[in-house]
Amino acid sequence: MSTQPDLLYSEEEEAVRAAVRDLLADHCDAPGVIARTESDTPHDLAAWKALADGMGLAGLLVPEDKGGQGASHREVAVVLEELGRAVAPVPYLTSAVVATEALLACDTGDLLAELASGRRIGALAVALNVAPGGAYQVVRHEGGALHGELTAIADAQAADVLLVPADDGGLYAVDASAATVTPQIPFDLTRPLATVSLDGIPGRLLGDAEVAVHRALRAGAGLLASEQLGLAEWTLTETVRYLKERKQFNRPVGGFQALKHRLAQLWLEVVNLRAAARNAADALATGEDTDVAVAVAQAYAASVAVHAAEEALQLHAGIGMTWEHPIHLYLKRAKADSIAYGTAGVHRARLAELVDLQAP
Amino acid sequence: MTDAAELQRRTAELLAAHPPASTDRLDFLKARFDAGLAWVHYPEGLGGLNAPRSLQVVVDAELEAAGAPDNDPRRNGIGLGMAAPTILKYGTEEQKQRYLRPLWVGEEVWCQLFSEPGAGSDLAALGTRAVREDGGPSRSSEAESGGDWVVNGQKVWTSGAHNSRWAILIARTDPDVPKHAGITYFICDMTDPGVDVRPLRQITGEAEFNEVFLTDVRIPDSRRLGEIGEGWRVAQTTLNNERVAIGGMRLPREGGMIGPVSKTWRERPELRTQDLHQRLLKLWVDSEVARLTAERLRQQLVAGQPGPEGAGMKLAFARLNQEISGLEVELRGQEGLLYDDWTMRRPELVDFTGRDAGYRYLRSKGNSIEGGTSEVLLNIVAERVLGLPAEPRTDKDVAWKDLAR
Ligand SMILES: Cc1cc2nc3c(=O)[nH]c(=O)nc-3n(C[C@H](O)[C@H](O)[C@H](O)COP(=O)(O)OP(=O)(O)OC[C@H]3O[C@@H](n4cnc5c(N)ncnc54)[C@H](O)[C@@H]3O)c2cc1C
Repeated sequence: MSTQPDLLYSEEEEAVRAAVRDLLADHCDAPGVIARTESDTPHDLAAWKALADGMGLAGLLVPEDKGGQGASHREVAVVLEELGRAVAPVPYLTSAVVATEALLACDTGDLLAELASGRRIGALAVALNVAPGGAYQVVRHEGGALHGELTAIADAQAADVLLVPADDGGLYAVDASAATVTPQIPFDLTRPLATVSLDGIPGRLLGDAEVAVHRALRAGAGLLASEQLGLAEWTLTETVRYLKERKQFNRPVGGFQALKHRLAQLWLEVVNLRAAARNAADALATGEDTDVAVAVAQAYAASVAVHAAEEALQLHAGIGMTWEHPIHLYLKRAKADSIAYGTAGVHRARLAELVDLQAP
Repeated sequence: MTDAAELQRRTAELLAAHPPASTDRLDFLKARFDAGLAWVHYPEGLGGLNAPRSLQVVVDAELEAAGAPDNDPRRNGIGLGMAAPTILKYGTEEQKQRYLRPLWVGEEVWCQLFSEPGAGSDLAALGTRAVREDGGPSRSSEAESGGDWVVNGQKVWTSGAHNSRWAILIARTDPDVPKHAGITYFICDMTDPGVDVRPLRQITGEAEFNEVFLTDVRIPDSRRLGEIGEGWRVAQTTLNNERVAIGGMRLPREGGMIGPVSKTWRERPELRTQDLHQRLLKLWVDSEVARLTAERLRQQLVAGQPGPEGAGMKLAFARLNQEISGLEVELRGQEGLLYDDWTMRRPELVDFTGRDAGYRYLRSKGNSIEGGTSEVLLNIVAERVLGLPAEPRTDKDVAWKDLAR
């Protein structure tokens, strides 16, 4: 490669970060998120409205002439870092990134503008665990209507429009109110999953499903690394804070070298993850080296995010095992993220092809 | 000394006098206790025959073959694993007679009121106060002489307090001496006024442990275990036995957490990937080696050469449980994104195998915290097994009341 990726944050990006962090501090405090997970409305639609509508962040990836902000994956990545830091239950990754990217591949103006404005929420009806390039379920397209059931669709409950791949190779837009959306019991309570069943529902053909789904999942996987970075950072920062305060044996437990080294090690991992996540965001923005950058980020990110959340629990000990402390939200999100858009193992296998290191 | 043949003879006698098929479960267990076949290494009259502990397997095998009921040890882990050995070592004759039989047969379940919000790893820093009200007869639920102790404080993370009849409790009886010196050990009646058990929901969704508030709880002096101010020494017996109880089970190959994931692997070829295969095999080998280490430890004990490996077993199983269940969540892919049930329940016991991989993953996070964290156990290995110097301590010679909190 001739040019190096830009792995830093610009001033504008830092400004976006500050604004999002402020907003989430007001909207998405941990007790509120925990309470919401136990209610019938797991999504925080007020926070979504403020982010998407108020701040215009739902349209970052959409060109201005199509009703968006005309920004790039780099700014989106910063938003996702902050959302990860707050384990915010908003459909940002699923609507403003994945569904939006699918629509960008199809070139359908009106729907794209609606998602970009944040007035409507979209969900790609592909199971959350599917990796870019991986096989996904489709519904039957017959006599102008769609029939079938799709499972593990992230944020489908909050969606107004579902983007559904069918067996004729087309991607169809379906009004969510016409489908039956049944909540599943998710491991990650802050990113709910649902089954979508279509019982002879008409859909509007948007374009070629394979192209759209691939583009959507690649962006999803690449930018998920930024959410994982934000999550890992929060758990590390919060654990460091707690261990400075928590006294046992007449001293702060953070002063024990056994713990200091572990936290320092974790810091190193987070530093590495930041570079990998920035690289994926930059590559998605520039279109250079994108497949490798995304595969590297996703082959690396999950282990760091899960490790950080697991360490946070262990080092908070008894209190970390409770429901009232938010660590469990982070652990559940980190573990679900490790499956979302392909596991690290799947991305390593993809990398083996990309960089010509074939398995024996 | 009672030998294997003698135990077999007594077991046959028990079975003849109380045929399991026609005997009430509890009656059978009581008869077994009275025959000294409950825990054979206990003294006669207290469920044992002063036999070598290693011979327990002889009795258990015969009884199992005959279809005899067992005392469902998982339901009373703290009672059997911790309260009983402590009562045996420090209890008065009356205490042993009163508590051990209903404990062993499972009529009375026990919990452990040790940890407090400010005292976890540093258990000796606990602040729950027990104040002696001298003179006169007891005003507590059972009239006794010797006066009462009045207990105030808060305990936390108390497993199974909601099912328990009794608790082992440590409390501060003298704040003016260094922290280890001012603690006394009690048996607390969980049904007494002033004992308030509140569910504490945990990461898995259920409330297996609790917060316990103690407000003017009156404990008669006759329920003190050991001398006043000797509670820390008594608690050491409990804690050493806790680690043995947690690490000491005997497992067949694939008997632990590796079993369910191996089964999933064999039955679900569509889930297999190269990457997971390598990780699974590594954990399979680690599990088998941990199992063999536990078995070797057991053989050492039988041969009268106890080794320090016991300290490592809890560490090893905690790590394995967490890694294996974490791997299974990933292996299951789309199903790994789901959970079986978040309903808040107050279970009687931890049901690892009856629930799905997600539950096992979350619950096993507690394995490296409950009964002493892995970090604290590693310190113990480093200091007591390897003989490395301890961290400098600033709390040894300071009165408890003057410690930083
Ligand atoms: C599922 C579960 C069930 C439990 N059941 C019971 C029960 O029935 N009864 C009961 O009394 N208690 C129970 N506990 C409490 C348990 O014993 C304590 O949580 C444990 O001892 C740790 O104390 P803590 O939570 O205060 O952590 P802290 O002591 O605050 O420790 C915080 C972190 O610092 C580390 N740390 C502390 N000291 C050191 C050191 N010297 N060197 C290095 N690292 C150190 C710890 O390992 C931990 O990672 C239970 C806990 C759990 C999770």
